[in-house]
Amino acid sequence: MKLDSKIPEGSISEKWTNHKNHLKLVAPNNRPKIDVIVVGTGLAGASAAASLGEMGYNVKAFCFQDSPRRAHSIAAQGGINAAKNYQNDGDSTYRLFYDTIKGGDYRAREANVHRLAEVSANIIDQCVAQGVPFARDYGGMLDNRSFGGTQVQRTFYAAGQTGQQLLLGAYSALSRQIGVGNVEMFNRHEMLDLVKVDGKARGIIARNLVTGELERHSAHAVIIASGGYGNVYFLSTNAMGSNVTAGWKVHKRGALFANPCFVQIHPTCIPVHGVNQSKLTLMSESLRNSGRIWVPKKKEDAEAIRAGKLKPTQLKEEDRDYFLERRYPAFGNLVPRDVASRAAKERCDEGHGIEANDTNEGVYLDFSTEIQTKGRQAAYSQGNHNPSAEEVTKLGKKWLEEKYGNLFAMYEKITDENPYETPMKIYPAVHYTMGGVWVDYNLQSTIPGCFVAGEANFSDHGANRLGASALMQGLADGYFVLPYTVSNYLADEIRTGKISTDSPEFAEAENSVKEAIDKFLSNNGTKSVDHFHKRLGLIMWNKVGMARNEKGLKEAIEEIAALKEEFYKDVYVPGSSDELNPELEKALRVADFIDLGQLMAMDALQRKESCGGHFREEYQDSEGETLRDDENFAFVGAWEYMGYDISKEVLNKEELKYEFIKIAARNYK
Amino acid sequence: MSAAKNINITLKIWRQKNAKAKGQIETYKLDNVSTASSFLEMLDQLNEQLINSKKEPVAFDHDCREGICGMCSLYINGRAHGPDTGTTTCQLHMRKFNDGDTIYIEPWRSKAFPVVKDLVVDRSAFDRIQQAGGFVSVNTSGRTIDANATPVPKHDADRAFEAAACIGCGACVATCKNGSAMLFVGAKVSQYALLPQGKVEATQRVLNMVRQMDEEGFGNCTNTGACEVECPKGISLENIARMNREYLKASII
Amino acid sequence: MALTGLFLCLFLAGHLAGNLQLIFSDASAFNKYALFMTSNPAVKLLSYLTYISILFHAVDGFLLTYQNVKARPIGYAKNNPSKNSSFSSRNMAVLGTLILVFIVTHMVNFWAVMHFDEKMPLQTISVNQMGAKIDYYITTDTGKFFPTDSLQLNQMGIEIRNRTEFYNKEANVIMGEGYKDLHKITVAFFKDAKTGLIATIAYVLAMFVLAFHLLHGFQSAFQSLGLNNPKYTPAIKGFGKAFAIIVPLLFAAIPVYIHFFLK
Repeated sequence: MKLDSKIPEGSISEKWTNHKNHLKLVAPNNRPKIDVIVVGTGLAGASAAASLGEMGYNVKAFCFQDSPRRAHSIAAQGGINAAKNYQNDGDSTYRLFYDTIKGGDYRAREANVHRLAEVSANIIDQCVAQGVPFARDYGGMLDNRSFGGTQVQRTFYAAGQTGQQLLLGAYSALSRQIGVGNVEMFNRHEMLDLVKVDGKARGIIARNLVTGELERHSAHAVIIASGGYGNVYFLSTNAMGSNVTAGWKVHKRGALFANPCFVQIHPTCIPVHGVNQSKLTLMSESLRNSGRIWVPKKKEDAEAIRAGKLKPTQLKEEDRDYFLERRYPAFGNLVPRDVASRAAKERCDEGHGIEANDTNEGVYLDFSTEIQTKGRQAAYSQGNHNPSAEEVTKLGKKWLEEKYGNLFAMYEKITDENPYETPMKIYPAVHYTMGGVWVDYNLQSTIPGCFVAGEANFSDHGANRLGASALMQGLADGYFVLPYTVSNYLADEIRTGKISTDSPEFAEAENSVKEAIDKFLSNNGTKSVDHFHKRLGLIMWNKVGMARNEKGLKEAIEEIAALKEEFYKDVYVPGSSDELNPELEKALRVADFIDLGQLMAMDALQRKESCGGHFREEYQDSEGETLRDDENFAFVGAWEYMGYDISKEVLNKEELKYEFIKIAARNYK
Repeated sequence: MSAAKNINITLKIWRQKNAKAKGQIETYKLDNVSTASSFLEMLDQLNEQLINSKKEPVAFDHDCREGICGMCSLYINGRAHGPDTGTTTCQLHMRKFNDGDTIYIEPWRSKAFPVVKDLVVDRSAFDRIQQAGGFVSVNTSGRTIDANATPVPKHDADRAFEAAACIGCGACVATCKNGSAMLFVGAKVSQYALLPQGKVEATQRVLNMVRQMDEEGFGNCTNTGACEVECPKGISLENIARMNREYLKASII
Repeated sequence: MALTGLFLCLFLAGHLAGNLQLIFSDASAFNKYALFMTSNPAVKLLSYLTYISILFHAVDGFLLTYQNVKARPIGYAKNNPSKNSSFSSRNMAVLGTLILVFIVTHMVNFWAVMHFDEKMPLQTISVNQMGAKIDYYITTDTGKFFPTDSLQLNQMGIEIRNRTEFYNKEANVIMGEGYKDLHKITVAFFKDAKTGLIATIAYVLAMFVLAFHLLHGFQSAFQSLGLNNPKYTPAIKGFGKAFAIIVPLLFAAIPVYIHFFLK
């Protein structure tokens, strides 16, 4: 398949403006005649549905949760980037563009990323106008903080709940449109297939999760904004319900799936506690502004700590290895996520891990230095130039509490340890997936009329996403890109009229969903869905995780294929199809995860280089840094579905051309 | 982590086939629950046990499991989100329970939150209240004024944020003896009332949201303060007072 | 609810101030006050406002409670509300109903007697005349007394009409107006050999109920009116607590004083 990314001509900073000026429009009187389906109500989905509803299209929005406000964007903690340069530290659209391309290890599309940087400032304006309560300084101006992979302060935040505030902002805009009837909301509905008529996306099959009824919904365009696929690892920071099903069904109907192996492992999560663990909890990257990451220098000390014989606070300064500061002095603890994660894994693999779990995997995130620094500053600002040690500590802790109080409280709830007194224990965990459905510059997949936005697409983050950029992309896609590009597509649909759901295509799609459901319910196997999901997760984490190699990937491909056979043969799904049946929902999702897992391993195997979150042990330099191969792998790997056997999928390549940024080794030293 | 141990517990759980069916409390024994597990992981363990013995698992709402999506609920031993304060059920850990404990688990009880199945309830009433006025009527063009053009006093911004931190879980309704939703609505009204952007529509907003709240069948606030105590996000009663103020102002003027 | 509640709090304060004359003042002052309270047009207006307030407060309370009960058709099998709210706040309706019962009883005992009882006594004074004790009615006209002896009164051509008015039968003119002796009724009520102790205990218990009702009600009214402010709310709550304890305590002190200490 020939991939046309439809990147507009012209200089990088004018592409989007020119493109917008030439996109076709739909007149206001025609918009109510046109139906648009939006699947997912996170930042991208809610903002798209709200914007399109506001324009006057007939929008139907779907989410599997009980309310659109619960989409997993809500859990993003740290912040959202925007090139506002309010802090006057040299930020600009170009800098944000450059940082994002570099952070993505030169595997993202230049034009998309520049557009993202361009509209970033509008996002902040928009959100403030909607009443999003961002953090402010005492002058009433918006406050900023720093995130990994940048040397400016461009991250806007609302305590440790930025995602929540932004999502509630988008949800409020969506609610406004639901209230006036422009958007019809379908809560507790899951999209289980895409319907194509004459090659175009014309609707979806959705299951009402309460009644179990299969519903046909037609539309002139379908927008998939269903989030990422991190749950393929079973344990991740994603919500329990986060799934790839919508994206995968689109893939099965002909859309290409790009760069599935690009997965972000977030360095600061709470380590695994035991076998019944259901998910991992993130500790915001913003903590790396104040915390220092270390492990004991000596293995004996690490062993003693694990055995409970030694406390981290007892370890002397010279016995601690602040490994990020040691290896990356320029960025220190604020290196990008992939770099920080790998460095932690390297230390733990060497036996310096401090967590007393099965794998000893854990490192410290220590706030004691910051407590002293900020405590002294606070004392000085109160006019106390000779503070006692206790005063400094007290003020320092107070400062921490103001800045990160909710995160510290959350940590204590989960671990029963007080992070003001003893360093946090953290370890990398699967967090975000850069890969996703392939889309062109207009965010349209290879199926005409099927658009994909937010984490569900692959477009903006290359091989690694920078912190606070996911929120930016979600809202940029939904508020500022899709309304233009979807309208451009719909301009040719004004004569189509209402699309019937009685066509054979709808019947076929509904039947295939029905068959899949019936098969699970009548399977009468012996093992639960979770049993298979956990096994899939283990294979993925061990062999398609933070470090990958040819042997492991080949094994993974085999093992997942075998797991798939066993899953269909032996899975037991209780209950019936005409009721709320969470086990059935899980089974349908895990079936897609298994397919995708195999594809991820295949993608990782073909990408014989290391870049961003994709680290192939065979391709590293003498210092253990990633070794990219721009000669052979400067492309987007987009996979084409070929039927039940995933190993038959065909790789298509979209070449990445860097015209405005000089491609270089990624150096954070 | 304080040393985790395993405990054995008895569970008394509300089972109800669907919205129309009659429900009842059923008793389950569950052994070897790690105290490091979260409450929902304990329920996962129960469900695994039920599935393995070919019984129907217990349906309960949950999603993010990090205390922010507001999807999890559960009335545990007579309290919304269980015995710990400032915590959602997903962040409640089994270390708060002892070996041999009997734990009651019931769904939120409110006329406005009908049971869907077992412990799952329908909270779409909250969405409808939001749709009645919980927004600023600004189009999503991005062509608004610069974000820093209107300074907002830090104090107001912080109060607005604290109100906006509501996760819409419904614990306030569940715990209120009157099944009142005033804390939820008060928080939303407050967020906008405190910000200059929200002031333009303040009058209409509070009237519409309160009207919708009453139509949904929530009870009235009698200021018992239970909601504030049980709210996992510590939303303050001040928000209810602020809504009352806004409502009085809107009704008189 | 809040407005009527707060108004009734004001009423309580006024009522208490008047009643405390039972302890700190004499019968004549008390009866004077009683007459003032029943005849002054401004007070009349206030008293009607009070009746309306009580009615509204009660009816509104019943309606609210009805709606609130309806809002939770199925209760919890296990509930632990003491962990999150006070006893009074959860039982306002019950406490309120008890208070309503009390108010009705209280009005039957005193208000109705004062207003409608034909046999309501008039205040008298004993004067020592040549070694003999003679009782006279006091009137609002200082210096005018009428003998209580009906024979004597008849001889003077005076007749009592409308319970308190002394009429000159021939001229058909009011010669003076007596004081209804509410003081005497009250004292007799609480000192009654048979029922006095029970009445006293009942009144004290009623004041307990009132205290709990006020304990929540006072500060709750401010919250309902939107008056919650981190600066002033603690003061309001403090004052409310003090009010809720002191006012019923003083009310309760009156029957206790009369029953046990008044000679």
